[in-house]
Amino acid sequence: MEGQTGTFAVKKGLAQMLKGGVIMDVVTPEHARIAEEAGACAVMALERVPADIRADGGVARMSDPGLILQIMDSVTIPVMAKCRIGHFVEAQILEAIGVDYIDESEVLTPADEANHILKHNFKVPFVCGCRNLGEALRRVGEGAAMIRTKGEAGTGDVVEAVRHARTVLGEIRRLTTMDDAELMSYSKEIGAPYEIVKETKELGRMPVVNFAAGGVATPADAALMMQLGVDGVFVGSGIFKSGDPARRAAAIVKAVTHYQDAAILAEVSKDLGEPMVGRNVSQMPEAEKIAGRGW
Amino acid sequence: MVDSLTMKIGVLALQGDFAEHIAMLQHLGVETAEVRLPEHLNGLDGLIIPGGESTTIGKLAVAYGLMEPLKKFGQRHAIWGTCAGAIFLSKDISRDQPLLGLMDIKVERNAFGRQVDSFEADLDVPEVKQATGTKHDYHAVFIRAPIITSVQGAARVLASAPDGRIVAAQQGHFLATSFHPELTNDTRFHEYFLSLAD
Repeated sequence: MEGQTGTFAVKKGLAQMLKGGVIMDVVTPEHARIAEEAGACAVMALERVPADIRADGGVARMSDPGLILQIMDSVTIPVMAKCRIGHFVEAQILEAIGVDYIDESEVLTPADEANHILKHNFKVPFVCGCRNLGEALRRVGEGAAMIRTKGEAGTGDVVEAVRHARTVLGEIRRLTTMDDAELMSYSKEIGAPYEIVKETKELGRMPVVNFAAGGVATPADAALMMQLGVDGVFVGSGIFKSGDPARRAAAIVKAVTHYQDAAILAEVSKDLGEPMVGRNVSQMPEAEKIAGRGW
Repeated sequence: MVDSLTMKIGVLALQGDFAEHIAMLQHLGVETAEVRLPEHLNGLDGLIIPGGESTTIGKLAVAYGLMEPLKKFGQRHAIWGTCAGAIFLSKDISRDQPLLGLMDIKVERNAFGRQVDSFEADLDVPEVKQATGTKHDYHAVFIRAPIITSVQGAARVLASAPDGRIVAAQQGHFLATSFHPELTNDTRFHEYFLSLAD
């Protein structure tokens, strides 16, 4: 094919195709098929969902490429996979096997405590987590083509995802009212590249797609994040750690499409079985929180 | 052609980049509506089915009773599908998923490969150039794109990729493109679609 591959427009473009959709964590090809059947717009292939990574402890690394390939073969929707923060060789491996998106994720144990991956060097697009606008725009500066809130993965507690979405979206609202002369000093204050801060002000939104992640466990959680103003939702442990994954997955997909329709939200929230048990983030020791990973 | 300022165009908003289409239509001065349920089709002069995941869009269309209303809407009104939307409009994709079957085209999903094979390329689209009175090529963005493997009956080829594979087709007031005009600043395909809607 005669054409330009790996451009920022096509990297960002795939994320635009995922908007209004749900990306689900899956650990087996069977999970992946359940997710696709439920209407997921993409899956995240990994060996353990975040709740199990928390429970198991130890070093969490990129998943076995063999497992990721099996999942890629089992569905037609895009397949994402996670590498450790700063671990550009894991990213090279994921690019070599042809995953559609790489999540440089705080859920895995960081490989570099000062730097993230220079994502412009890759043809495959990256999604990165953030807790505030400065962190989000630093990742975009490094080449991330999609952003998600970090939330607090593997807890089933949506409070941190709400905090991060409100922070980012609130900062963008304030940015749009600033005088242009204030942008350089604001960029310095939040530690973000000036040109991208300026672009964000002009657009009135982040220059890339922005999903919610980290603690979404119910259709109501998903619709809450959509009403707050994100473009779509990642659901990690919330589906396959629940009593009836297929039913819950389909309900969350419908809740994201009809996020403003309370009658439909009520209908899809009925009879879903047990949600994941979850962990209350406010009672969690600081050392166990993972959202602070990333620089 | 109906004056675009009096036209109301819907965008199927089940999943995908519907907001990008809406922004482009509004830039052209057209009134827009998001379509999630059958009653949202009332009063529309045309409909765009956006890019996204065709499996997701198909399942949600079935779940909320949109399949028959969309087919009926297509009997009288223009419909344009981009990427996933083109798949949804087609008759045959050689796999089992919900399709409207409004266009006599066969489509192959993800025909260029995975995301690392997604690309941008310049296309010659004579009809669109003529309709908009322009001469320059159309710069198209292809994301995990499908191709149109064959056109039958009243359907005809509108554009081919540099390697000859069919990437746009038209059948009366139906339009299918495997690329994404809504991801560019070039409004010519949207203008062309508006000329089909009345």
